[in-house]
Amino acid sequence: MGSPPATRPEREVRDSVVIRFAGDSGDGMQLTGLQFTQETALAGSDLATFPDYPAEIRAPAGTTYGVSAFQIHFGTQDITSVGDELDVLVAMNPAALKVSLPDLRMGGSVLVDTSAFSDRNLQKAGYAANPLDDDTLAPFQVLKLDVTRHTLDAVDGLGLSQKEALRCRNMWALGLMLWMYGRSRKATVEWIGKKFAKEEAIRDANLRALNAGHAFGETAEMPSHVSGYSVAAAELASGMYRTVSGTEALAWGLLVGIKKAGLTRLVLGSYPITPASPLLHTMAGFKDYGVVTFQAEDEIAAVCAAIGASYAGALGVTSSSGPGIALKGEAIGLAIATELPLIIVNAQRAGPSTGLPTKTEQSDLYQAIYGRNADAELIVVAAATPSDSFEVGIEAVRLATKYMTPVIVLTDGFLANAAEPWLIPDVDLVAEFPVAYRTDPDGFMPFARDDATLARPWAVPGTPELEHRIGGLERSAQTGNISYDPDNHQAMTNTRAAKIARVAADIPPQAVSLGPDHGAVAVVGWGSTYGPIHQAVRLLRAEGHDVAHLHLRYLWPFPSNLADLLRRYDRVLVPEMNTGQLVNVLRAQYLIPAEGINQVTGKPFKVSDIERAVRTRLEA
Amino acid sequence: MTATLPQRSPKDFASDQEVRWCPGCGDYAILKAVQKALADLGARRENTVFVSGIGCAARFPYYVSSYGFHTIHGRAPAIATGVKLANPDLDVWVITGDGDGLSIGGNHMLHVLRRNVDLQVILFNNEVYGLTKGQYSPTSRRGFRSPSTPMGSVDNPIAPGAFALGVGARFVARSVDTLLPHLVETLKRAHQHRGTSFVEVFQNCVVFNDGAFASFTDKSLASDQQLHLEHGKPMVFGRRKTRGFASSPARSSSRS
Repeated sequence: MGSPPATRPEREVRDSVVIRFAGDSGDGMQLTGLQFTQETALAGSDLATFPDYPAEIRAPAGTTYGVSAFQIHFGTQDITSVGDELDVLVAMNPAALKVSLPDLRMGGSVLVDTSAFSDRNLQKAGYAANPLDDDTLAPFQVLKLDVTRHTLDAVDGLGLSQKEALRCRNMWALGLMLWMYGRSRKATVEWIGKKFAKEEAIRDANLRALNAGHAFGETAEMPSHVSGYSVAAAELASGMYRTVSGTEALAWGLLVGIKKAGLTRLVLGSYPITPASPLLHTMAGFKDYGVVTFQAEDEIAAVCAAIGASYAGALGVTSSSGPGIALKGEAIGLAIATELPLIIVNAQRAGPSTGLPTKTEQSDLYQAIYGRNADAELIVVAAATPSDSFEVGIEAVRLATKYMTPVIVLTDGFLANAAEPWLIPDVDLVAEFPVAYRTDPDGFMPFARDDATLARPWAVPGTPELEHRIGGLERSAQTGNISYDPDNHQAMTNTRAAKIARVAADIPPQAVSLGPDHGAVAVVGWGSTYGPIHQAVRLLRAEGHDVAHLHLRYLWPFPSNLADLLRRYDRVLVPEMNTGQLVNVLRAQYLIPAEGINQVTGKPFKVSDIERAVRTRLEA
Repeated sequence: MTATLPQRSPKDFASDQEVRWCPGCGDYAILKAVQKALADLGARRENTVFVSGIGCAARFPYYVSSYGFHTIHGRAPAIATGVKLANPDLDVWVITGDGDGLSIGGNHMLHVLRRNVDLQVILFNNEVYGLTKGQYSPTSRRGFRSPSTPMGSVDNPIAPGAFALGVGARFVARSVDTLLPHLVETLKRAHQHRGTSFVEVFQNCVVFNDGAFASFTDKSLASDQQLHLEHGKPMVFGRRKTRGFASSPARSSSRS
């Protein structure tokens, strides 16, 4: 760990770097990436990450479909996307190289573990010839290292099996990359110590591999064309930061939400499904804060338990992904009919049906807005970034409790797992929105309404003299008793819709994220496409194009100024990771000729995808 | 909560809603039995919640003056579980039928019993779908002719009690709609049990399956066909209590 030798060349300064760690799904690439992220965040860089892993837990080793990757984009500037092209690729085997090489920029660096390039692995990856021997890697700076041998040497003498020893390869690679970018190993050393506290030999082996990789860089065993790099800390507002994933931020948002509402309990009913399960895992740790998590027997039971909890005065929340949300549809209708608060989190994934469980998409917008039997409106909001998920969580609680309605929160597989630095907010500054249960029996009627919000009272079992019955059968306005009266059904249907429509006046007007509030082109997005759209619009504006970026959090109802705002632009372009859903909703609502920019590859948009698509439209 | 509870009569647990079951339906008797049991138990209306699914039986909560939630088909056990998660102090009763509880909601019934959530389940078993006009149900016997099984059902019926025991229920009881004292007592015992109590009630559907249980509920046959289990008492039945069962301890243990 000593200081570098004096002969060491100066570190090259870089504004931003994109690195991808890629290997077999059992190679520990996600952990490697997370640790690199941790050290990078502690060094003060702004960053964005993109974990990309197969649906199979341990796909057959060496196959291309078993490749697990973790990408991080970090730098001194405002980082809003995960990076279009890789500057550095760490490929632990031929399959990882094969899958990721197309994303490496010309002249980028690739680190390969030469031992992994056996005939068998080459064959499994579909390489006819060894790419290390032909000109496949000619356009790149190649770092051929025998990571396997170095790792085995480092852990020698600890009495590990060959298999156990080889599992430390990722730590060796991590050590080298931490050296290359001048990062500390402190947090990783602590993490290893904690994770393997009960397995001394494994702990020591991981530490040795980590340090050996680092020392390898530091002691100038590196080829002459490779040097260390220096990426200065980003100019972020001062304060206490932490790395946060979309899932974590949303969980904390919901938690702060119930505190601000003055509720003592949140019940999360959930059934495991990729990529939504991490919310269940995260919230299962909030027991001390009034959160009860319930892993139900199925998706339907999960939402029903949440509804039962809301009926009894807690905030019911359920989380899933598209296929699970489909199963919850009937129950969501019940919550709409009985006018109970409920939050439904949909971490969208590529579909239809099982689709691509671990790949991202935003193709459940129609499902969120329209996907129930009958005229069944609710509120739909979407988070744009990991940090934004926190605010969206709070806002969902506010709207659900204030309007006594289900709220669907849309995230996606990318957003749920992606991480970025987060200035830990002062929650005391978040406005309170206390909930008042109905307790006064005088004049109580279960479906009497608040004049402003049209919300019905929340009268909770356990309250004397407010005993009443509610249910899915149409309810008489005011009393809530069963009513088959034609005029009553018309009136109740109108009132339910009007209640949701009123939300438009209770949310912030739509703002412009970047650019002018009128002009030639508005690029309108929602959800996790925020980063790439923002960056693309920034680049186009730098070239002098008259382009603005608008990003919608409120998808149903829309902010009240949205129609006027959109009409102030000559053209409205809507990039989405679906075949055109928001664009059609905007067209249907406002009769404007909005145009879609659509892509469903299971991967987030690249900045260049959007930049190119917008440029093409501008020139057309 | 130490204050003296007001003594209430069964009619204190009747809501102001007009009961709309078919004249002669067994549900009336069960409603009466539940209201009597609640009064006997000194239940508090504000702390009592009836949760039901869909079906004739599921209208039940509208007719009780406590809190009530008429939900969706088969899901009452899941919603009731959520109610208990939010407020374990509430006294929750799930009202379901053979179709609601054992067909569309069979999975939820399985899991509420497995988890032993502290609530009471009353399953109204009439061996037929009433509200949808007479199709066979999961408890209909083989050969049952219905609009959906004109040649007779070929499915084996499920035995609710065996199902409940099979998934680990700790309190399983059976009664008959017309046996008011027995039913009231059974419901009270169910209420006293901490955990999920499962009570199957043979309920006569006068329109679509009249007399389904007559072979053992008819007054002339009942005493010869019914054996009422009571803890610590001999398992005897018949007009003069001359018939019965006894287990040989030696044989039981050799089998186990």
